Amino acid sequence: MEILILTGRTINQGCGKEIGKASKEYVESVAVCEMNEKDMENLRIRDGDRVKVTTEFGSVILTAKKSRRIRSPGTAFIPYGPWANYIMGSSTDGTGMPLLKGVPAHVEPTEEKVSTIRDLIDSITV
Amino acid sequence: MTVVSNVVCPVCGCCCDDIELVIENNKIIEARNACAMSAAKFENYSLHRNMDAYIRKNGELTKASLDEAIRKSAEILAESSYPILYGWSSTSCEAIKVGLELAEEIGGVIDNTSTVCHGPSILAAQDVGLVGTTLGQIRHRADLIIYWGSNPWSAHPRHMERYAALSDGRFQRNMWRRITARIRADSVRKKITRIISIFFKRGKETPPREAKESFEMLPSGERKLIVVDVRRTRSAELADYFVQVKPGGDYDVLQALRALIRDEELDVDEVAGVPVETLEEIADVMINCNLGVIFFGLGLTMSKGKLRNVEVAIKLTQDLNERTKFLIMPMRGHFNVTGANTVFTWQTGYPYAVDFSHGYPRYNPGETSAIDVLRRGDADAALVIASDPISNFPREAARNLADIPLIVIDPHLSLTALVADVVIPSAFVGIEAEGTVYRMDHVPLPLKRVVDPPRGILSDEEILKRILEEVRRLKKS
Repeated sequence: MEILILTGRTINQGCGKEIGKASKEYVESVAVCEMNEKDMENLRIRDGDRVKVTTEFGSVILTAKKSRRIRSPGTAFIPYGPWANYIMGSSTDGTGMPLLKGVPAHVEPTEEKVSTIRDLIDSITV
Repeated sequence: MTVVSNVVCPVCGCCCDDIELVIENNKIIEARNACAMSAAKFENYSLHRNMDAYIRKNGELTKASLDEAIRKSAEILAESSYPILYGWSSTSCEAIKVGLELAEEIGGVIDNTSTVCHGPSILAAQDVGLVGTTLGQIRHRADLIIYWGSNPWSAHPRHMERYAALSDGRFQRNMWRRITARIRADSVRKKITRIISIFFKRGKETPPREAKESFEMLPSGERKLIVVDVRRTRSAELADYFVQVKPGGDYDVLQALRALIRDEELDVDEVAGVPVETLEEIADVMINCNLGVIFFGLGLTMSKGKLRNVEVAIKLTQDLNERTKFLIMPMRGHFNVTGANTVFTWQTGYPYAVDFSHGYPRYNPGETSAIDVLRRGDADAALVIASDPISNFPREAARNLADIPLIVIDPHLSLTALVADVVIPSAFVGIEAEGTVYRMDHVPLPLKRVVDPPRGILSDEEILKRILEEVRRLKKS
């Protein structure tokens, strides 16, 4: 399914990063993909299932979460963090700022495990 | 047990200065008046902290002494030809000042985190100016508050309570009474719907309340709150009016409002998903307020249009000043990102993305900004302080940063520290080290040292001074 990815702050992500990015609280608060209920029905996934989100810059595995805040089907929300950033492009169109909100992506159900911090680090160092 | 009051919070750009900390045996056991993020920091900061310096040897981070780590850092920087010094928004102005001196000494690029948050807002303000103010004025006088592409409930949890819609000012009352009445009415509505649904054994649960009411229904002269966003955030739930814009449509909506304020007619039914009647109603409320303010967030700077979105928001504010009084302010994220811009500007003339490689400061975001320098693979060494770009940058920029000799100064063993070549642990500014910060409205505030840092742990300022001293010694020899 083609979808637009939005990114942003959540209070849990804010608390998690202050406790420490190695903390369980941080990982659980940012390695998620909040989706509209209809999109989840179309993908035949439930709250807590895993999804693979792929853009032209890479892919990550996240936990799908039903959200009533995503009112329009076709959009999904990933909190700020390495999971969101690693599927974003780094071109800034001469502004210094990459496009980090409203990025087109493909979302599909998966049985794979949620990407860990180690997976993400390996993807840039190995 | 001692209680330290009037502590400035070192978390977000609100820099709340009414925090009370209960301290016992050099340990914070309770943070009072703090929001969830502030309490998370004050009460848990030491849980995952790093106490050791490391140097990468044979591919592994190996424990080293602080002196060795500082020496190694100085060697990396002195030998590099185009280093980048990045971070700065979560440390003190005093440390930033030393960082700028270091950047000049080594002829590198120095950039702060505004490059990937409100950098486009700075570019827009440089183009068209900014109708600014301090938060105190808004608290006391503003009767229309608009959050555009900003979710203070999550990112600046006490912003509304201290400075905006939920604060009690000298001339404006808070909106709590109206909000609690609305929540009670919603709760009754839900109960009735549930009873009807059970009784007739059909129907669905009531949908969440649409944060939309006719402004005419609200008592005149009272504060009003509008939230404009692509998502129905928690902040939107508190608003009198929530306007949902299609992703990437902010520019169109802002331009449409500019047209309506000039009494022009729109020959379309909707703009970026917002019906024209709604826009007309908002334009009307904007014109008829006594003092309005737009607080805008990364919803404008990070989405399609970037600086142009901010530019048109500023122009809308300027247009509104023909009809009434209107202000605009960026919702700055890190507690001293405004200070980073301020110190950069008074030292170099430019607020971020400053390049010293020619021997004098140059500024050209898009070329001298951190993401662009890294994406092109130009930098041959990096120093990261009080920031975690490996987490916060897109993969390509993060990969190039991990590829070059990298020094990290941070109290935590961040993701950036995990791929670094030198790691230097530092004291938490605002908890274990004092310093100056600038609140989001450019008001300078003093950070306190409320507990002592662990033995051998230095502040960012002290570490940078020692690296600078060592770099100068190496260059002389």
